[in-house]
Amino acid sequence: MAAVSEQTGTGRTRARPFYRTGKNITKVLFSLVITFLGLLLVTFLIGRILPIDPVLAVVGDRAPQAVYDRVREEMGLNQPLWQQFFIYISNVLHGDFGKSVLTTNPVLTDIKRVFPATLELATLATIIGVAIGIPAGVFAAVHKGKWPDHIVRVIGLAGYSMPIFWLGLMGLLVFYMKLGWVAGPGRLDSFYVDFVEPRTGLMLVDTLLGDDPGLFWNAVSHIVLPASILAYFSLAYIARMTRSFMLEQLGQEYILTARVKGISETRIIWRHALGNVMVPLVTVIALSYANLLEGSVLTEIIFAWPGLGLYITNSLLNADMNAVLGGTIVVGTVFIGVNMLSDLLYRLLDPRARK
Amino acid sequence: MRKLIAGLIMGTALATTPIVAMAQTPKDTLVMANAIDDIISLDPAEMFEFSATEYNGNTYDRLIELDIKDPTKLVGGAAESWTISDDGLTYTFKMRPGIKFASGNSMTAQDAAFSLQRVILLDKSPAFILGQFGFDAENVKDKIRATDDDTLVIEVNKPFAPSFFLNCLTSMIGAVVDQKEVLAHEENGDLGNGWLSSHYAGSGPFALKNWTAGQSLSLVANENYWDGAPAMKRVIIRNVKEAASQQLLLEKGDIDIARNLEADQIASIKDNPDIKIMKRGKGAVWYLGLSQKNKYLSNPKVVEALKYLVDYKGISDTIMAGRATVHQTFLPNGFLGASNETPYSLNIEKANELLNEAGLSDGFTVTIDTRNTTAVMAMAQSIQSTWAQAGINLEIIPGDNKQTLTKYRARQSDIYIGRWGADYQDPHSNASTFAWNPDNSDDASAKPLAWRNSWNPGDMTQEVDAAVLERDPAKRAAMYQDLQDKVLKTGPFVIMFQETEVSSLRANVNNFILGPSFDTNFYRFVTKD
Repeated sequence: MAAVSEQTGTGRTRARPFYRTGKNITKVLFSLVITFLGLLLVTFLIGRILPIDPVLAVVGDRAPQAVYDRVREEMGLNQPLWQQFFIYISNVLHGDFGKSVLTTNPVLTDIKRVFPATLELATLATIIGVAIGIPAGVFAAVHKGKWPDHIVRVIGLAGYSMPIFWLGLMGLLVFYMKLGWVAGPGRLDSFYVDFVEPRTGLMLVDTLLGDDPGLFWNAVSHIVLPASILAYFSLAYIARMTRSFMLEQLGQEYILTARVKGISETRIIWRHALGNVMVPLVTVIALSYANLLEGSVLTEIIFAWPGLGLYITNSLLNADMNAVLGGTIVVGTVFIGVNMLSDLLYRLLDPRARK
Repeated sequence: MRKLIAGLIMGTALATTPIVAMAQTPKDTLVMANAIDDIISLDPAEMFEFSATEYNGNTYDRLIELDIKDPTKLVGGAAESWTISDDGLTYTFKMRPGIKFASGNSMTAQDAAFSLQRVILLDKSPAFILGQFGFDAENVKDKIRATDDDTLVIEVNKPFAPSFFLNCLTSMIGAVVDQKEVLAHEENGDLGNGWLSSHYAGSGPFALKNWTAGQSLSLVANENYWDGAPAMKRVIIRNVKEAASQQLLLEKGDIDIARNLEADQIASIKDNPDIKIMKRGKGAVWYLGLSQKNKYLSNPKVVEALKYLVDYKGISDTIMAGRATVHQTFLPNGFLGASNETPYSLNIEKANELLNEAGLSDGFTVTIDTRNTTAVMAMAQSIQSTWAQAGINLEIIPGDNKQTLTKYRARQSDIYIGRWGADYQDPHSNASTFAWNPDNSDDASAKPLAWRNSWNPGDMTQEVDAAVLERDPAKRAAMYQDLQDKVLKTGPFVIMFQETEVSSLRANVNNFILGPSFDTNFYRFVTKD
């Protein structure tokens, strides 16, 4: 999804004046619409160029030719490509995202079901990643070149280079199989599956709203491991970036001035230096959060986590284009949303930008 | 700072340690991990996927059923008994009294007639199973009818072999749905299809509690089931795609049955005293389809040589690790007339001899379209290495399942490595695809496997058509044996294995039934110690 981040990257820089002048709103909206249209067009074309017959996903391999032909027509695949695309766009503008052929549900219903699972996992992973990554990065920067720095760097490098499916399986083997500290794959133990009423789709919230606190702890014990494993990756990235931003700040003259004035080292590091680092760091965190929100396919497979990544991948492999396009819109919206949010935070954290 | 990190670590540790998962599943609940994301619809008139038909077998009563002990025999289901007219055109079914649907409605012959009519009227993927007996939207209400509450009459258009018609009724389309309940949910004349694709209107040993696509399927026991209520009050099937994850869940005791373990996992659990392994030959075969459009593969000598160039035993023992047995004819064991002949084994010398006779002693290059899953790739690689020994350069083109299938269906593959599962438990299902091809042109309307490989089986097409009309079971079986023999010797199919389904169970789980077909895996007899 590199293309997505690039496109929305420009969306971010253009979005900045949004808060300042109303004049540019149309410009921003226009660029958003173009971004989305481009995104949809590319995804649509990829889906149609794929050498996969979408009718197969509906009727299976054995259907007689008559059924096959009828379904092909029903799906509108007889029309020229540009016409298919315009029909799709006009439906989307009317709020109709179509039906997924794999689940037979409207795509919106499916996304409402799978997105909360990913949202929950990504949010928890980002919280863990930030809570450990930033202190670790600061710690490494302060002790630059000494053993704490090396340890953080090695751990970070390992987190960045280890394949996630291996880490996931090992995590399950150690913490679930051998030690029994956490629960296994899935969002809840299987026999609780139907006991939770899906209100928000976020398992931690739904179980908390229910009557049985045991269910909440069960959900917690299921999410801890996949969230930690995803967190490890964003942690590694965040720690590395924090470290280099901090090093840059600690070499600045205002730090020297502060030291000369006799301000305590703790205050210099955590208040003065980190305060300035937070501004670029917010962008780093936002990007890593947005990446996690796309859904991590491998983690979702290993942990039997029914999230967005798995949904989009499965749909793409079956040429279930309504589902893929619906998923793409969600991912695009998330990227743009998170980028706008980080702009907002940027403003709050950087006094110069507030003027 | 250090305190902060220490605090965070302690906090995380404390938060996770006290939550130890339950070591065992409840005594009256069966928990299973299975890849169930193939399910598209739960409507018996629409479903065609393995997981969906297994659901059908556990939740609906079908008119007649395969005898689990001897699948070549039939027993009554929703119909208690049946008679066939002397001309072989009229079947009369007597309904079993006292069956009640989950809604509380009593089952009558009207429900059975409605269920079968619905299959034809909706005309979804499985409709052809019934359609081949001459029913269409115009005539089905006359040809399939209830003459009173207990009697169902079906008129077929030709004097078919009774075993053929009855075997077809044992498939998912024979499931009896609750007419009142289904019609109460009808929208825009869809005969309740929209509703039933995710809901339930049956009378079987289990009822559907909840289905979340790609996530889980849960069933509850039917306490009023006519053949006795199941011991398991709930059955929960969790969609777990990753085999390694299934293994961990099973070893930990969080599930009772893992359905999709692969060779590696089966090898690593086989000495675990808490786990037992169950196997059953299924109605599916693995084969290589050799396109007759390819100038090398259309040479009969080459076709024969290739049959000597597969390490049958090696693949079934190591790669498939018990999930396949060597089988070289198109009818799997368990089918009427199935032949067990295995004349071919790996013989490089013999193959070289045949290739010499074909004038291809220098070898040639062909491609094989291969689904990119572990087992299929490994099979293709084994074949690649044995063919190389005879000078044939096999190029593997890996692809996603749907992608390779799309190419194969368009007759564009040189070689396709495939798995073929019978559509219903009758020899005609496989005969009509491996040995039948009435029109070998590119725009033919029927596209059996023979067509996909551009093969014209000649007289065999007529023999297949004749076999479904042979009413003497012994003669009918002999006809299929003859057809199998011909395809074995001359057909462009290197049929290699019959699939074996392997399920891994906790040692305390008893009487789980793996049947001969994918829709005869039953949970209703399961008990737990």
